Amino acid sequence: MTSNPAFRAAPARAYVIGFGTCLLAWILLTGTLAASELAAGALVALVATAAAGSRLTLLGGLRLSPAAPLHLVRYLGYFLVQLTLSNFDMARRILSPSLPLDPGMVEVHTGLRSELGRMLLANSITLTPGTLTVDVDDDRLLIHWIDRAGGTDMEAATRAIAAGFEQRIRGFLS
Amino acid sequence: MRLLADLFLLAGALLCLLAAVGLLRMPDVYNRIQAATKASTLGSVFILVGVGLLEPGWWAKLVAIIGFILFTSPVGSSTLARAFHRAGVAVWQKGQS
Repeated sequence: MTSNPAFRAAPARAYVIGFGTCLLAWILLTGTLAASELAAGALVALVATAAAGSRLTLLGGLRLSPAAPLHLVRYLGYFLVQLTLSNFDMARRILSPSLPLDPGMVEVHTGLRSELGRMLLANSITLTPGTLTVDVDDDRLLIHWIDRAGGTDMEAATRAIAAGFEQRIRGFLS
Repeated sequence: MRLLADLFLLAGALLCLLAAVGLLRMPDVYNRIQAATKASTLGSVFILVGVGLLEPGWWAKLVAIIGFILFTSPVGSSTLARAFHRAGVAVWQKGQS
């Protein structure tokens, strides 16, 4: 039981981040900064954070450094570019009469250690050109690749799937 | 502004249509999941951006919705794909009918 991260006590910082995220969602959904709304939001966020309790360990991997928001923005920018590229790529495949596919499963190792970091990486890979995360097992990601770059350097190509995101996620997650 | 909003709505609708075409054309479940996830995620985001341009007062809610979609849609796809993988569904190979 003790080896399962879900049962370890969450660090205080995880509660702070959990509370902040809940409050931010509240502010966005109510769309106002009136004092009464903020007070109600703070109360709800407090209850939600307390109810989540030790499950917030998930947020423990976040880095709270002054540069972290900058890295987050850099990651988001890269992510949006990749998401757009992935849609062009998919549109080309879907619309070409010959249906150019050469799918297969590949395995990628990740250096990210936190659960949240790995989840974010898996998510990002799913939304980038031609790849879909099928399973995450410890530090190995099983990926369905729609076109295995036909016979070129497979190992380097496989590493490249994760490398771009991993390097950017590392700025704000361990 | 109106024109830009319409363009976003149109692009979003086209991407959703593309996702549907992809579902029909792809040979196996993994490729179908890929086609549906990518096109419909960006499609939804475009539609929400278009709505935001038409109704600027709603932007805060729309940002929250876009965030939720970007975070949950790939999780759903991965979960589906994992279920098929664990059930032993093989990957379609090139040249197979």
